[in-house]
Amino acid sequence: MIKDRGDLERAAAAWREEQKKCGLKVLICAGTGCVAGGSMEVYRRIKELVEAEGLNTLVDLDKHGDSKKIRVSPSGCHGFCEMGPIVRIEPKGIFYTKVKPEDAEDIVEITLKKGEVIDRLLYRHPVTGERYIEEENMPFYKKQKRNVLKNCGRINPEDIFEYIGNNGYHALAKVLTEMTPEGVCQIINKANLRGRGGGGFPAGIKWDSVRKENSEIKYVVCNGDEGDPGAFMDRSIMEGDPHRVLEGMLIAGYASGAKEGYIYVRAEYPLAVKRLQKAVKQAREHGLLGENILSTGFSFDIKINKGAGAFVCGEGSALTASIEGNRGMPRTKPPRTVQAGLWGKPTLLNNVETFANVPDIIINGAEWFLGMGTPNSPGTKAFALTGNIVNTGLIEVPMGITLREIIYDIGGGIPGGKEFKAVQIGGPSGGCLTKKHMDLPLDFDSLEKAGAMIGSGGLVVMDEDACMVEVARFFMDFTQKESCGKCVPCREGTKRMLEILERIVSGNGTMEDIELLEELAITVKTGSLCGLGKTAANPVLTTLKYFGDEYLAHVKEKKCPAGVCRALKGYSIDPEKCKGCSKCSKVCPVNAITGKIKQAFTIDREKCIKCGACVSTCPFNAVEEG
Amino acid sequence: MLAGTHSQRSFKRVNEIIKANGNQKSALITILQEVQEEYRYLPEEILTYIATVMGISPSKVFGVATFYENFSLEPKGKYVIKVCDGTACHVRKSRDILKALRKKLELKEGQNTTKDLLFTLETVSCLGACGLAPVMVINDKVYGKMTPDAVEKVIDDIIESEGIVNDQR
Ligand SMILES: Cc1cc2nc3c(=O)[nH]c(=O)nc-3n(C[C@H](O)[C@H](O)[C@H](O)COP(=O)(O)O)c2cc1C
Ligand code: SF4
Ligand code: SF4
Ligand code: FES
Repeated sequence: MIKDRGDLERAAAAWREEQKKCGLKVLICAGTGCVAGGSMEVYRRIKELVEAEGLNTLVDLDKHGDSKKIRVSPSGCHGFCEMGPIVRIEPKGIFYTKVKPEDAEDIVEITLKKGEVIDRLLYRHPVTGERYIEEENMPFYKKQKRNVLKNCGRINPEDIFEYIGNNGYHALAKVLTEMTPEGVCQIINKANLRGRGGGGFPAGIKWDSVRKENSEIKYVVCNGDEGDPGAFMDRSIMEGDPHRVLEGMLIAGYASGAKEGYIYVRAEYPLAVKRLQKAVKQAREHGLLGENILSTGFSFDIKINKGAGAFVCGEGSALTASIEGNRGMPRTKPPRTVQAGLWGKPTLLNNVETFANVPDIIINGAEWFLGMGTPNSPGTKAFALTGNIVNTGLIEVPMGITLREIIYDIGGGIPGGKEFKAVQIGGPSGGCLTKKHMDLPLDFDSLEKAGAMIGSGGLVVMDEDACMVEVARFFMDFTQKESCGKCVPCREGTKRMLEILERIVSGNGTMEDIELLEELAITVKTGSLCGLGKTAANPVLTTLKYFGDEYLAHVKEKKCPAGVCRALKGYSIDPEKCKGCSKCSKVCPVNAITGKIKQAFTIDREKCIKCGACVSTCPFNAVEEG
Repeated sequence: MLAGTHSQRSFKRVNEIIKANGNQKSALITILQEVQEEYRYLPEEILTYIATVMGISPSKVFGVATFYENFSLEPKGKYVIKVCDGTACHVRKSRDILKALRKKLELKEGQNTTKDLLFTLETVSCLGACGLAPVMVINDKVYGKMTPDAVEKVIDDIIESEGIVNDQR
């Protein structure tokens, strides 16, 4: 039981003391990605071997012959999921990738016992071939600035003392013993922490509004719904450092005058739910949640709600409706959530990453936070980097970094020698950025100007093989399915837009369709009640703006330039190459090819059944696909 | 046949679930989730029963049960396969995975559960493991970097572990 600030500091000191006794610490990633790759078997095997040799007790390790313990522990996500399962060995920070259970023996014999590095398990740069021993030097990590994610991959998320030993709950102690609620709101405001859930609304202003509300009962709600496809930052934080989220919420509770908190997590994240539940239980057991926390008279408790699979429930008012046990449908505002949110009471709702930023701001001060990022978007942002990119994974970078740095320096560029085409940012509410945005600083305001949005931070990179019309169709299909149906423009408009996009990709689109699409996009944008409808048109509008020629090619030439849209795939004969040998017309099963000997032949696309026989027959490679 | 055996033992378990969560309206979604975990779907008579016990109108209970994607009013298979068709997975050809599974499980157009109630096939948008795209989840186990061949093997392994020798689906 941690009764006061002194107790907390003693617990932290005791943990650090204990760490000193450990010569080596073997951290095995237990994030979703690595677990899927079999990391838990690796963990069990290493633990088994270490224990079998009695290494867990005492073993000779360093040169001086001191006897030190080895600690084997699971950790949160390192972000470099594609290279998983990942094993990190401290204090040297050796970083092993793609570790299999069969490697456990070597790790114990060679690295743990002899202190040598195993070459084959090191990360090798796919282009330069260079090998890296420590994570810190790898190109993937070099330009990153890990604040919110700094414990992810470094501590055991299921052990509250690991968090405490790394300064955890110290910000809470500071706030409760040294600061007024108003003072807390001020520092968050001064740091200009903007919501990481998408909108970028200043958290300090929100906190202060809830603080000023005159109500006995207030709530703090953490939005862990993360419904954006292609995003998993919040998941990694909840799984890898759950206590950080609790601490942020506790501080928000103190600052706003709330005594109860709710975390709404999507059901697709069972591991996050489990870790959060465990963290809540431990925090309660040790007196960091519940009555009279750290003997300061402050009481706060947290409940966890599982979502039931509705994207729209990430919207604030829908989320509170869902916690109340209703259909999760957004409502009109005002009143705003800060005035009448959960059960009609003032409610402070923030995103997971927003809360996770709070403890460090309290400890290090607003100036420290303002020292990173851009003046209007200070701090860092976690992004999920996926799609056609060499290094996929989770990254945290200072706001204002350029797309070029992310894609080439951190992401390692586009695989397979392909060209970069676009990056879809911010999920279905975001938009597409192109080559010409390569040097645009990524922050809330510049992206808005480009018609896109940071959203929750999904970055899906697409290479030359992606069809942007198909991408727009894909997102429209998503929003159309997820519309709650409350307002007509969103419910009907997204359906019609989807129909038009489907017509275009199937080769039946007309010029009027493109006009209508744009018109509908604007109607849905202006006439919808909540952010889902208001932003549903973004992927359409940005692709129309930046890739208008692709729409035209689909409609006018009935061609898909990227060769993705199946209905538009077709064959044609290049008259330059065609020698008029007539071989193709002989193999064509439907007589779609006609022509005169020694003159260029042509294919009747209406007749062609796309069997491809002509392609393989032509001796001059004159038949082209596309 | 299934519904019959269910309803006999069901109400006892449903009562336990309601009791453990308290019968305030706000517990409804949690109760439905736990009931569904128990039966793999929400049988109609149980929904009516929950409404009666909790003092909520049946239409409200049905309203909630039909609003959320994760609730099913039809029986689901023992193994629920969720293929991710989120952006990252879509870009990495999740559609091919889906196609391979439909073929392997011999699912007809519009059919998502195999006749023997062993498998249900669904799509989800993003499982948060995009680094491993394309991804699928069977019950709670995550499978990353799937290929059409790999999914076929996963299904074969499950069928084998179930001891079904003569695959008659
Ligand atoms: C359709 C829709 C879905 C949303 N999904 C999420 C989500 O999954 N997570 C999130 O934090 N915010 C989501 N938001 C934004 C929230 O409404 C809200 O602005 C945010 O949680 C506030 O927290 P922040 O200020 O810390 O970003 C969504 C908004 C809309 C309109
Ligand atoms: S905009 Fe769409 S999702 Fe939002 S309230 Fe209206 S219908 Fe529902
Ligand atoms: S693809 Fe097949 S059907 Fe079409 S022109 Fe060539 S041979 Fe004929
Ligand atoms: S898009 Fe498939 S796991 Fe995220």
